[in-house]
Amino acid sequence: MSLDRSDVDKIAHLARLQIEEQDTPEYAQNLSNILDLVDQMQAVDTSDVLPMAHPLDAVQRLRSDEVTEANNREALQAVAPQVEKGLFQVPKVIE
Amino acid sequence: MEWEAVIGLEIHAQLATKSKIFSGASTAFGAEPNTQACAVDLALPGTLPVFNEEALRMAVKFGLAVDAEIGRKSVFDRKNYFYPDLPKGYQTSQLFHPIVGVGHIDITLEDGTEKRIGVTRAHLEEDAGKSVHDEFPGMSGIDLNRAGTPLLEIVSEPDMRSAEEAVAYVRKIHSIVTSLGICDGNMAEGSFRCDCNVSVRLKGEEEFGTRTETKNINSFRFIEKAITGEIERQIDLLEDGGRVVQETRLYDADKDETRSMRSKEEANDYRYFPCPDLLPIVIDDTYIDAVRGSLPELPDARKARFIEEYKLSDYDAMVLSGDRTLAEYFETVAKASKDAKLAANWVMGELSKMLNQNDTIIADSPVSAEQLGGLLERIKDNTISGKIAKQVFEVMWKEGGSADEIIEAKGLKQVTDSGAIEKIVDDVIANSSAQVEQYINAEPDKRGKMIGFFMGQVMKASQGKANPGQVQGVLKKKLDALC
Repeated sequence: MSLDRSDVDKIAHLARLQIEEQDTPEYAQNLSNILDLVDQMQAVDTSDVLPMAHPLDAVQRLRSDEVTEANNREALQAVAPQVEKGLFQVPKVIE
Repeated sequence: MEWEAVIGLEIHAQLATKSKIFSGASTAFGAEPNTQACAVDLALPGTLPVFNEEALRMAVKFGLAVDAEIGRKSVFDRKNYFYPDLPKGYQTSQLFHPIVGVGHIDITLEDGTEKRIGVTRAHLEEDAGKSVHDEFPGMSGIDLNRAGTPLLEIVSEPDMRSAEEAVAYVRKIHSIVTSLGICDGNMAEGSFRCDCNVSVRLKGEEEFGTRTETKNINSFRFIEKAITGEIERQIDLLEDGGRVVQETRLYDADKDETRSMRSKEEANDYRYFPCPDLLPIVIDDTYIDAVRGSLPELPDARKARFIEEYKLSDYDAMVLSGDRTLAEYFETVAKASKDAKLAANWVMGELSKMLNQNDTIIADSPVSAEQLGGLLERIKDNTISGKIAKQVFEVMWKEGGSADEIIEAKGLKQVTDSGAIEKIVDDVIANSSAQVEQYINAEPDKRGKMIGFFMGQVMKASQGKANPGQVQGVLKKKLDALC
């Protein structure tokens, strides 16, 4: 399976990655190589194998429903570029 | 041409846990912005989610209540998209192995017909934060207090064929989650939200038409209106030779119409994959049986009990059993007043009217069930009439206090002293010579009706406090003595 430029552009857009136009063919080639590898693996008959949800053979441990985190807004917002009235400020996102 | 609507619903119920689904931050509503958003909720580097056992238990409770298959092994997946109120860049959700599988509920329509509606699945996921768009020029403000609040997304089969069926389904699900105590059901605060998928097709057609999705409608009434309007819009469009575009729409309650929310609908590409930060959730029969054993009374069972125990009509029982808070309120009033029918009438009548007028919910009612029960007791023992009771109720609503205190303070106690009643009757007869004349000259069988005038005068003179039964007797005796 091979990807073309438009596939790469779409993937980059979905992942919000800015890529240089001159690099696109190389990304397309590299990603296609990975997909070729996947194709090879697809050829293996796995009808008797259960799908793997997680590589670790363990189950999730649970946390009891207790509030353990106190308000730490000041410290947590210290790294934010812009804050007003306790709200994180981001470029306007509505159409 | 006869059209048929096909409706499927997605309900997001915020689970009533104390802490978030993957962190120990509080989920309480209404806190100052970002004071309940910890490092995990903010997706700071190096943080990891730890799953809340209560969220799991609540989801399993729901599954058992709708007779669904419970996922013995459920898995969290990442749903990837970018929006500022979703700091991780993905929502942790369940796509491939949800905690709750196929189930069903039975709805009852107004004409009494029952219909079974399929529940396709219900899965656990986290809520996003909130954006404030209008307050800052050129910027949006982000509050992440809600980010990470546990949600149960309940997906129905496209089994509903009218707005009425859809609302009955939503009410039933609402009733189940509030009865289970897994969601506070507060639609105004967004604890219980509904997305409606609507399409139309010609009756008899097998295939579905193109559907639209109307998002986040926050009251039962708006759900009905939004769906009715959307069905009409689609039918008009198709009859005019147009076609329905698959899109997301918003319901505008002020204009009572839906409008397109996204101009260019890109096919969603969420690139789901299993979340490597969370291991599979594995539960066994012992766990499920323990949860089953802890289930409280469910709406259908409660309705049957209300009919049996309180002799309520089918309709009254359905209304009063539908909401857990309402049901508990009713039962307290019924026990205090020792008259279930009277309690039902007052809870569904005066109380509901006042709640609606004041745009409030039963949980916030200023009149407690004990207060109302005390009031009804005074109707039962003839201390006050039903009419005066409404006055007392209004005072109770505005100023508080027990029925006895208000009756005492306002001097509303019913006059049952026969001497006092006779005196008022005598005064009224003395002051109504023309009407007395008419009464005397009337045919005896017409006199019964004419007594109404005197009744009115006496009740007025006593400011509504005279016992109507007694007044009737005294009036008849005294007037007939004149004939």
